[in-house]
This record gives sequence, C-alpha cells and structure tokens, in this order.
Amino acid sequence: MAMRALVGCKRVIDYAVKVRVKPDKTGVVIDGVKHSMNPFDEIAVEEAVRMKEKKLVSEIVAVSCGPAQCQETLRTAMAMGADKAIHVEIPAKEFELVQPIHIAKILAKLATDVKADVVILGKQAIDDDCNQTAQMTAAFLDWPQAVFAAKIEKDGDSLAVTREIDGGTETIKVNVPAVISADLRLNEPRYATLPNIMKAKKKPMEKKTAKDLGVDLTPRIQVISVEDPPVREAGQKVDDVDQLITKLKGLGRI
Amino acid sequence: MVVYLKRKLIIIPEKCRTTVAFSTHGVRLSQAQAKTEAPKPDRMNKTPPESKSYAVNMFRGNVVPEQCFPYPDVLSPDQHETLEMLVSPTEKFFAEVNDPAKNDALEKVPDDIMENLKEMGAFGLQVPTELNGVGLNNTQYARLVEVVGANDLGIGITLGAHQSIGFKGILISGNPEQKKKYLPDVATGTKIAAFCLTEPGSGSDAASIKSRAVLSSDGTHYILNGSKIWISNGGIAEIMTVFAQTPVKDPKTGVTKDKVTAFIVERAFGGVSHSKPERKMGIKASNTAEVYYEDVKIPVENVLGEVGEGFKVAMNILNNGRFGMGAALSGTMRSAILKASDFAANRLQFGRKIETFGAIQEKIARMAIKHYVTESIAYMVAGNMDRGFTDYQVEAAISKIYASEAAWWVVDEAIQVMGGMGFMKDAGLERVLRDLRIFRIFEGTNDILRLFIALTGIQYVGAHLRQLQAAFKNPAGNIGVIFGEASKRAFKSVGLGGGKSKALEPHVHSSLSTQAEYASEAVELIGQAVEAILMKHGKNIIEEQFVLNRLAEAVIDTYAMAVVLSRASRSIERKLDSVDHEILMTKVFCNEAIGRVRSNINGMKASSSIENYKIMSQISQTICKTGGVAHVNPLGI
Ligand SMILES: Cc1cc2nc3c(=O)[nH]c(=O)nc-3n(C[C@H](O)[C@H](O)[C@H](O)COP(=O)(O)OP(=O)(O)OC[C@H]3O[C@@H](n4cnc5c(N)ncnc54)[C@H](O)[C@@H]3O)c2cc1C
Repeated sequence: MAMRALVGCKRVIDYAVKVRVKPDKTGVVIDGVKHSMNPFDEIAVEEAVRMKEKKLVSEIVAVSCGPAQCQETLRTAMAMGADKAIHVEIPAKEFELVQPIHIAKILAKLATDVKADVVILGKQAIDDDCNQTAQMTAAFLDWPQAVFAAKIEKDGDSLAVTREIDGGTETIKVNVPAVISADLRLNEPRYATLPNIMKAKKKPMEKKTAKDLGVDLTPRIQVISVEDPPVREAGQKVDDVDQLITKLKGLGRI
Repeated sequence: MVVYLKRKLIIIPEKCRTTVAFSTHGVRLSQAQAKTEAPKPDRMNKTPPESKSYAVNMFRGNVVPEQCFPYPDVLSPDQHETLEMLVSPTEKFFAEVNDPAKNDALEKVPDDIMENLKEMGAFGLQVPTELNGVGLNNTQYARLVEVVGANDLGIGITLGAHQSIGFKGILISGNPEQKKKYLPDVATGTKIAAFCLTEPGSGSDAASIKSRAVLSSDGTHYILNGSKIWISNGGIAEIMTVFAQTPVKDPKTGVTKDKVTAFIVERAFGGVSHSKPERKMGIKASNTAEVYYEDVKIPVENVLGEVGEGFKVAMNILNNGRFGMGAALSGTMRSAILKASDFAANRLQFGRKIETFGAIQEKIARMAIKHYVTESIAYMVAGNMDRGFTDYQVEAAISKIYASEAAWWVVDEAIQVMGGMGFMKDAGLERVLRDLRIFRIFEGTNDILRLFIALTGIQYVGAHLRQLQAAFKNPAGNIGVIFGEASKRAFKSVGLGGGKSKALEPHVHSSLSTQAEYASEAVELIGQAVEAILMKHGKNIIEEQFVLNRLAEAVIDTYAMAVVLSRASRSIERKLDSVDHEILMTKVFCNEAIGRVRSNINGMKASSSIENYKIMSQISQTICKTGGVAHVNPLGI
C-alpha cells in the first residue's frame, strides 16, 4: 500500500492571538496579525508524514487556498515532511467570503488531478469552526469518509479508522480512496526543524487559481455584521442565600 | 597656524608607537613588541589605513555616515520570509518544551533537550546548508539568538560556545578540507565544539598563554601540552579550537620565537581530559570545565589559519561573535520588561496601580530605552557584517559592553519594580540576573574592551597624524594632505566648525534635528579630546586608564546616539506603528547622552578630575597594600 495523500493546510489567525473585530464590523482584523497553520491541519500533516514513515503513503501533497502568505503555511507543511505543495491563490478580499463548499470543490478537483488515494484534512478550522469541508469533499468525490479520526491503521487494503464519537470511540473500516478528517487526539504534531524549513524551500510549489480548477467562488453568503461576544457584566456580592434568592427573583431569573 | 600644527605633529613618533594587539579576552598592550619590530622607513609615507567605521572615525572628529546611515536593511524578501518561518518553531520550543528553571537547578541541559535542540538545527545556524547547517546570515542569526536569550541564557551559552566561538574559527578561517571534515558533524550537534584560550595564568592577557605545541621530528604532527580553564562546553566538546604557543622562525632575522597558533583538536586524538564541571553563579546549565592536554598529537593539517597567526584567528573569532551577545541580551531584556510592566500595570498599592507612580514610570521608561539602544546596535552591527564591511570591531565591542550593562540594569530594575515578588524564584528573574552577570566578564571583560575601543581609535588617529607629519617633511609634494587637515583645523580654530553641528542633518529625520546636532557635537568633542590627550601624553596615553575609560564612555554614548537616530529615522520613513514611541525614546536617550558625553570629555582634561584620578590611584594602592579597607571602624572596635 503506497498511497498518494492530499493534505489541507488552512492559514488562520494564530491560536494565541486575541482576535479583534474591525471597527466597521465587516470581519476581524487580519493585517499585521500573526497567522499560522490551522492546528487541526497540522495534525493532518503530521499523520500523513507518519503514514509515509510507515510506508503507507508514498507522496504527500499539501494544499492551501487563500492569499499569497499561504505559501508560508505550505512551506511549514513541507518542512514537516510534505513532498510538494499546491497553492490555490485566492486574493484576501475574496477569501473572506469563501466557504467550505468552495474549498471542498477545489480539493475534490485536486484530489482527482493529482490522483490522490487519501485526502486528510483537519476536522475544522479554528477561525470559522465550520467542520464541513471533509464531509463535502467526500461527497463531491463520492468517496467514503472517516471523520474525527483518533487513530489510523492499515487493515489489509483498507484503513481502520478509530473515530471520536460522543461517549467513546468507534472503529470503522474504509476503503481507499477516502477522505479522513483529523481530530485533536490523532497525534502530536512535530516541530518544523530549522534545517527542514531550509530544505522545504527547495521543494516544489505549484500555483493555481480557482478558475484553473473550474471552481466558481461566487459567494453564497453575505456578512451582515461581525460582533464581539458580549462583555461579561460585573458581578455582585451577596451576603447570604436569602439575599441571592431575592436578587434572582428581582431579575426575573427564578 | 603652522606653529599650531607643528605642536601636534610631534605627537606619536613611529618608533615608539603603541602596539595594540587585540585578544579575545583582551587587548595586548605591548610596547615591547613595537620595539623589536624592525623599523620600516617606508611606513612614514604609506597612506594610513582607511576605515569607514563610524565609531573609529569619531576619534578624528569626523562623521562618516556610510556604516551608520541609513539603518541597514539586509534581508531579501525571501530571507525575511525564511526568518519568519524559523522564529515561530524556535519560540514554540522554548515556550512549550524547555524549562530554564529546571536546567538551572539541574546545572545541566537535560539530554532530551539537547537532542531536541540538535534536531531543531540550533547547533549549526550559520553553517552552510550543504554542510548540514541552517545557512543563516548574521542578521537572521541575531533574530533567532534573541529568542534564545529571551528564554534561557544557560542554553544560550551552550549554543554560543559551540557555534559563536567553538567552531567559528573553522567556519571563517578554515580551509576547504577542514570545513568539509568538521562542519557537518558540528552543525548537527553530533559533535560539540569549544573554544579553548583562557589559562590559569592568562585571562585578559591572552597572548601570554603557556600551552605549547611542538612540531614532531618527522614534521607530520604537533605535540600539544598545557591546560585551559573555564572552558564553556569543556567537559562535553569533541572538537576544540585550541590556542597554543609554537616556535616560529622569523624568515628575516632567522631568530626562533614562540608565537600563538590555532589548532583544531579532536578529543579522539587522545591525551585530552577535563575536570568536573565548575560550580557557578549563573548560566549553570552550561558546562564550564578545565581541559588538559597531555602529549596530544595534532596532525599538521589541523593548524587553523597560518602557523604563528593564532592570535589573529582568536581575535577574528571573537570579533565575529560579539554581536550575538547584543542580540541575545536584547531578548533577555524584552522578556524582563514584559514581566515588570505586566506587574506594574496590575499591582495595587495605596489604592493605585503602581504604574501610575513617577518612580516606577522612570524605571520602565529607562528599561525600554536601554532595550531600544541595545537592539538597535546589535542589528546595526549584524547588518554591517552582512553588508560585507570588515571594520566593525569597535562597534562590536560597543555592542557587547552596552548590551551586557544594560541587561544587568534592566533585569535588576525589573526585580525592583516587582518588589518582593521579583526576589522570588518563581518570578523567574533572579536566575536571569545571575545568568547574565557573566556577559560583562567573558569574551573580553568590559573594562578591557573599553581600553580596546579607546586605543583602537587612538591608534587610527595616530596613523593619520603620522602621515601629516611625513607630509610636512615634503610640503610641496603633499599639499593636498596638509591643506585638507589644515583647513579642518583652521575652521575649528576660528569657530566655524564649532557651534551647531550640522554633520548629521542630512541623515536624520527633521523631527530629531536637535538630537542630530547633539550627536554631531559629541563627535566633534571626541575628535578634539583625542587630539588633546595625544598632545599631552603621546605614547604614554596607554597608561592613562582613567582618561581612556572616559573616552570610551563618550564613544559608546556617541555611537549609540547615532545608531538610534538612524533607526528612528528609518522607522519614521516607514511609518511604523511604533514610530511616535521610538521618537520619544530616541529624544530622551540623546538628550541625556550628550550630557554624559560632555561630562566625560570634561573629565578627560579638567584639572580637578585629573587630580581625583591621582588620588583614587593612591587610595587604591593604599588599600591593596594594607590588605583590605584601610580605615578603621568608627567605633574603633
Ligand atoms: C563561565 C565562564 C565561561 C568561560 N568560557 C570561556 C571559554 O569558553 N573559552 C575561553 O577561552 N575562556 C572562557 N572563559 C574565560 C573568560 O574569557 C575570562 O575569565 C576573561 O577573559 C577574563 O579573564 P580572567 O578571568 O583571567 O580575568 P583577569 O584577566 O585576571 O582580569 C581580572 C580583572 O582585571 C582587569 N584587568 C586585567 N587586565 C587589565 C588591564 N590591562 N587594564 C585594566 N584592567 C585589567 C579585568 O578587566 C578584570 O576586571 C570563561 C569564563 C567564565 C567565568
């Protein structure tokens, strides 16, 4: 079994950054804000690399859709072990309204083009938390899906995927080609080491546009307003239970 | 005017010229060396060494902007992007994997952390990629070292002793075979390197080392004997750059004399042993040990550089690495300031956040200014090195001195801002204070480096004055030289060169014009003061350390002014978000620095100061003779 893996790498605002809403409420501030690879995608890349180390995978192609800076994210993926990368350039402005359905179409087309046997994606991106792309990609390809993977093993010519489900895990067998999405506990991604980052600079990176792939990016949604979560109101101290009950009654909560 | 010139022209006769030989650890102040040199009559007419170094030219009272303005910008977009990619995993490693407090307590970098660092490529940052390194230039290296300095100076020294000095000699002075043989293994950290110069009897006076290597009778190898102390990585290194005396025959005189040669010594050669690790005040995680060499057979191919040129090799290595300390300590200061300001913004006393008190505000502002200066100098020096300039020695020494003293002050004050909390181990500052103390001592004590700065500049001026002297012997043929110098002096004597100094006006943004005038004035003051002390002391200036120290202080402040003016001007041009803040810091720094420069320059000549130096010399002598404090307790008990 030596499969070709296609791995998604979304560039998102770094998890440690405090996100700020733009004054005009059309979105969040992204200029000059630290970005990095979506943590779930890092897990996906790591898993592909481990599968390559186990000889389950022969080649890893990393994909990122978005503005020019996505190339940095792809370099990181290649520093972690991806063999080559495809950057589907979508200008920043346009990218704001791109939805999982667009990305799924792009990925499905690329999976076909590069003859991928397995598509591994993060289960969701930490910016929009959609959790839709893997499922939609599988649908467009008409491939089996194994989402929320916590463990991936070889099982004959198929894969045994242990999935995180409510209250436990479930192990399913999927035939390849398949689409898998990575959950948090699938693995702990490695650090991109400095020598590998330098080597990644020499790995091939292809540039494409959505148009090249025949994917129409016309927005299907309209952003009306982006709001900060409501600020927590100051609490009040009460002396005893009776006072608490009185207050809650006064507020009409009980 | 001729009379005026003549008075100056007797300043430094060639034959008793002071020879300033610079060692790592020091400056070799040897007049003996000058005496034994065969006199070279043609030297008088040779054009003196030209340098475009900003700091060195200050000694002549000249502003030579090329190496200071505009602020260097050496990274290509590609190098910039690469660096951005390298910084995050490095930061992540230190934030998530390494524990500096644990390393300090263990007095060791734990094996798993060592392995991690090796995998990360941290041991070969500047080795070319084709030899297993990361291939960074100095500016990129500085940025990564800043991350190390912000997190763990013990690891910083382990890595620094390895690559900044340990195998740096192979990188910059090694021949292709040596590079191919040694760099791949040291770059990956498979083999650790060390720099072995200091001996029990030779610290600052590094040229006086006793270790000795003698060529075998068959001429195939040297036999090394001797011992080194306080060698960082001494207990773990496999590859060592070792300095030892070797007998060298002077081709002209036929006389054989001992001269220092640098060698690449492998522990595997046999005969190399080491002591237990030293117990230290700080950087405990880094290994420091004595290293002994007993009949170590070193193949002749392992001579690094030329036989007898080891001192130069050592000095090149150390000069080349000093900017790294400035960068590392910039990181240290940045994290200390973060802690202190965070505390100040939250701590309530007397019903107020302590950040609202003027006493705290002054501390925090000064911390930030010192950081700004340190960082600006470090990247200026790194940038100049990357631009291919080679005369950055004085600036590199300034960077090391300024950084190590600023960092000490900043961390000390950060502790003060945090009160009792700052004194607690958990605050993470007491370790940092202990760790960074060494930076004022090793790789040339700051005291020695101050002398190095002052004497290097003076030597440069001396060479130019000698040329002038020579020109006067044949005035007709050298009218250009004389006229150039004479008109400069004439201007000064009629006051045209004085008053408001405009030399920096074209290079500094107009919103900082007053500060630019101060920075130009300071250069003029230095130029005049250097002439005056040369006139007064001649070759004996070398013995006037009280005066030389004040000169060095003035030079450090004056250079720092120029550097921050350069950086702030660039920030203004680029409309950086922090530009207003930078302007304010630059203003306060320059406004105060000019005061210090004037005072130090005055301290070089005012009779009351000179008198004080004599007295202090006397006081010190009394104490050293008495054996401790010479005055009795007020109770007489
Ligand atoms: C933790 C640690 C790690 C080290 N790592 C290394 C290493 O890896 N490799 C290596 O080779 N060395 C190393 N050293 C040695 C270090 O470089 C020396 O300690 C340093 O150069 C100073 O030498 P010294 O200690 O002998 O002091 P000394 O030279 O004895 O100086 C003592 C004092 O006298 C002053 N002084 C000396 N001469 C003069 C003068 N002419 N005029 C005015 N003042 C003077 C000095 O400034 C200093 O204040 C290390 C030292 C330490 C403590």
